[in-house]
Amino acid sequence: MNLLDIVLAIPLVGFFVLLFVPRAAEGAIRAIALGFSLLAFAASLGLAFQYETIRPGEQFVTDIVWVASPNIHYHVSLDGLSLWLVILTTFLTPICILISWQSIQSRIKEFFAMMLLLEVGLAGVFAAQDLFLFYVFWEVSLVPMYFLIGIWGHERRIYAAVKFFLYTFAASVLMLTAIIYVYNHAHTFNYPEILAKLASGTLHFSDFEQKLLFLAFFVAFAVKVPIFPLHTWLPDAHVEAPTAGSVMLASVMLKMGTYGLARFCLPMFPGPARAYAPWIVVLAIIGIIYGALVAMVQPNMKKLVAYSSVSHLGFVVLGIFSFTQIGMDGAVYQMLNHGISTGALFVLVGFLYERRHSLAIADYGGVATPAPWLSTVFMITMLASIGLPTLNNFVGEFLVLQGSAQANFRWTIFASIGVILSACYMLWLYQRVFYGETPDEVRHHVFDLKPREWAAIVPLIAMMVWMGMYSQSFLPAVRKTTARILEQTQVNVEVRVQAPAAPTAPTFRAATAYRAATVRERSHAR
Amino acid sequence: MPVSFAPANVEYIRFLPEIVLIVAGTLLMVLDVILRKQSREIYGHISILALAAAMAAAVFAYSSPGPAFSDMLIVDGFATFFRVLVIGVGILTVLSSYRFLEREGAETGEYHALLLFSIAGQCVMVSANELIMIFIGLEISSIASYVLAGYLRDDKRANEAALKYFLLGSFATAFFLYGVAVVYGMTGSTYLTAIHTVLSGGPTAPAPVFIGVAVALMFVGLGFKVSGAPFQVWAPDVYQGAPTPVSAFLTTGPKAAAFAIFLRIFMTAFEPIARDWYPLLWGSALLSMIIGNFAALMQSNIKRLLGYSSVAHAGYVLVALAARSQVGTAAAMFYLAAYAFMNIGAFAVVSHLSGKGERFLSVDDFAGLGVRQPGTAALLSIFLLSLIGVPLTGGFFGKLYIFKAALDSHLVWLTVLGLLTSAVAAYYYLRILVVMYMREPNEHPAELEPLSLGLRAALVIPALGTLFLGIFPAWVLDFAGRSAALVR
Repeated sequence: MNLLDIVLAIPLVGFFVLLFVPRAAEGAIRAIALGFSLLAFAASLGLAFQYETIRPGEQFVTDIVWVASPNIHYHVSLDGLSLWLVILTTFLTPICILISWQSIQSRIKEFFAMMLLLEVGLAGVFAAQDLFLFYVFWEVSLVPMYFLIGIWGHERRIYAAVKFFLYTFAASVLMLTAIIYVYNHAHTFNYPEILAKLASGTLHFSDFEQKLLFLAFFVAFAVKVPIFPLHTWLPDAHVEAPTAGSVMLASVMLKMGTYGLARFCLPMFPGPARAYAPWIVVLAIIGIIYGALVAMVQPNMKKLVAYSSVSHLGFVVLGIFSFTQIGMDGAVYQMLNHGISTGALFVLVGFLYERRHSLAIADYGGVATPAPWLSTVFMITMLASIGLPTLNNFVGEFLVLQGSAQANFRWTIFASIGVILSACYMLWLYQRVFYGETPDEVRHHVFDLKPREWAAIVPLIAMMVWMGMYSQSFLPAVRKTTARILEQTQVNVEVRVQAPAAPTAPTFRAATAYRAATVRERSHAR
Repeated sequence: MPVSFAPANVEYIRFLPEIVLIVAGTLLMVLDVILRKQSREIYGHISILALAAAMAAAVFAYSSPGPAFSDMLIVDGFATFFRVLVIGVGILTVLSSYRFLEREGAETGEYHALLLFSIAGQCVMVSANELIMIFIGLEISSIASYVLAGYLRDDKRANEAALKYFLLGSFATAFFLYGVAVVYGMTGSTYLTAIHTVLSGGPTAPAPVFIGVAVALMFVGLGFKVSGAPFQVWAPDVYQGAPTPVSAFLTTGPKAAAFAIFLRIFMTAFEPIARDWYPLLWGSALLSMIIGNFAALMQSNIKRLLGYSSVAHAGYVLVALAARSQVGTAAAMFYLAAYAFMNIGAFAVVSHLSGKGERFLSVDDFAGLGVRQPGTAALLSIFLLSLIGVPLTGGFFGKLYIFKAALDSHLVWLTVLGLLTSAVAAYYYLRILVVMYMREPNEHPAELEPLSLGLRAALVIPALGTLFLGIFPAWVLDFAGRSAALVR
């Protein structure tokens, strides 16, 4: 049992402990939830320190048999791609628990238990190296989020929760089919082993198979990202979720999609990934611009932030499908940035909601007068989200744009429009909420940050500055892994194209399929 | 050498579970006359004891596996798996019936006797190795079930359910019997292995047309029994009308036994012509999944909803049959076990909430259950999540194995369409979760009595079973996999 297992186990233990705490002991429930989440965070910091940046491969590996047949393993590990995402999860969970301290007043025990369960699911998704285990965590994280939205959400919560669940579930059953299909050919769920088999040519899929498998994975991830036009569940879910739910959803859950694209779609099916890249990039750019434009006209603050997520995540997808080192680095970095800055935006909008009990922009104005610190903090967060240099998003967006420029300069031109638009909607939002006349309701109800709120927001602000000023703390580990992913997309393509003379595939059927594929490719080459 | 027809001692041991059940059932009938209104619960206790003894006997019988009574019965891993399953279903049914029978003021002696007879019939079915034996088991099981479906005499819906079940069930059995007759005429034997040998080819193999007729007739009969589309029409009506614990029993016990003979006949006797019959199963599986899941979307009565869901789940198992492989057989066995747990659990909650006379059966009556009885709600959530097929529950691994088997047999489209309908299914199960947790209780909610001891056991055992199958599926699956080699 290594440190990673401990990080995964702590919230799970916390979940079970909470189940046995009497319902009435509300203070104890909150304290236990916070304690376990802080413990998990502390342990995950150990991961960051122990992680060997120079090694690109898996670290903190645990691989034990869960089910013998089919061959399912509990196989978790970290590399540069997943390390920071796991830490992001453990970093945000205590913050979410802090901001829910008072805003959640009903069924407190269930709420905090669900938060801890969600943490396990999300961290597990990033750590799993067994395709099957990945799917298990993927689905398990769905259930607590469904309850968080459905029980503690706002007016239209039921609609939003069901829509969220069904969208994700329907898309992920396709992924399950693909996973089983891969297993039936590779005879293992072990992801590194599958990649090795693909690279050596012992596992081979025909072009047609690759395309379908790619699409099955892609749709599941695209719904989660979400990539335009599969994004319609997102505004509903974000707006109706309680603040903590919105934060976890935006900051971590959406990353499951982009993480999946980088982790699985590219290395396993590089052929289709490259073939479809232009189309996917077009969808990403549509998402960037469309998300920003729709955000601009939102009367509801949460919806505005939600649509801004669609826009920001477009950058991540663009970076991944630029197939350049810089673009990939930027994409991974942007996943973390978006987690921090959009998480902070939702936290701050949540603070405003707790005071004024409204999400409508029109109900605010002149908040800077009664709450100067809140305004300052919001200002920093907003500037980070826009992509102001020295704050985190700038680094990520810059890298992504640079990478996309290497791939195709026209992409960069269109994507840059999104950066400009993000400044428009954010500044306009800030102006309408914090400046101008202060209505009486705002003057009477809005007060400045309380110590507990400070405790929740300061770490986020600190991270924005740190990640904006000194990206070297994070990027080297990322770069090693993204370089390897890019290498894998090269290798697998080459193996396929060069087509070694004697296929080593054991069965006759596989061998004929293989031969047919190579013949097809040769005729294409001619 | 003169042939001795006297069975050896070991053959009685192999038949022990059935003997125990029949003796206990008869005993209950007699006691019912003698004791008359002394104590209602004593019959339940006796039948629990009898079922426990039968289960022990089933396990004991497996210590000396082999044929019995001139090869008409066979005790193998497959038979033992299903014997334990149907007897286990029986125990859970009895546990959830205590409070129900008391509440409805129904006679208890006959109820338990009929239940035991029905289970005995199912035990005969699953261990039969010969078509006449299968038919006898089917009839013992069915006739007792018809009476159980209409056990609440004064209830109009129960009467309708029983009549419908009886009429359509008899038709189905008749179809099956015709099939047996044709097979006997074509192959000259009713032994499954002998039929297998004849069909495997050689000069004596019968014309495909005639054997096709036989397969089709048997398919119709068995399709009725497992409520696979297009023979599912009776299922929602019967499951809705029958007393709730009986519905739980009918959707799991007799259905599992029917699937067992389905598997045994099609994977043994008709195995050589699998290529000809699997399209039938393919179509039936897809149709069941589509009809079951889409029809369940529109139901507001919880029992009817679970009835349609049971049609859909029959569809999933038919997918495993259409895979016509050992893996598929094992997957079907696993799924039936998982389904038994989750469905009995769900029906037990329904029975608990429905109140005297089963008045509260609308989905809306579940409103606010999460606040009013958090424990019950949490258990029902486990069953519903398992029915959806969320990981870490038995239902998930069941679906996984089934669709994996289907992909193994290159049924890619059936897999994709099946999984998509299962995503549709998520909606109607979620609706129950939504009402339970996210709606406020109705203004004048039905009064909730605390969970009785029997019901508590009938909820907790399936919940633990569901989670166990979801976290440690290997134990059951290994056994199923080893027992799935039916062709000998």
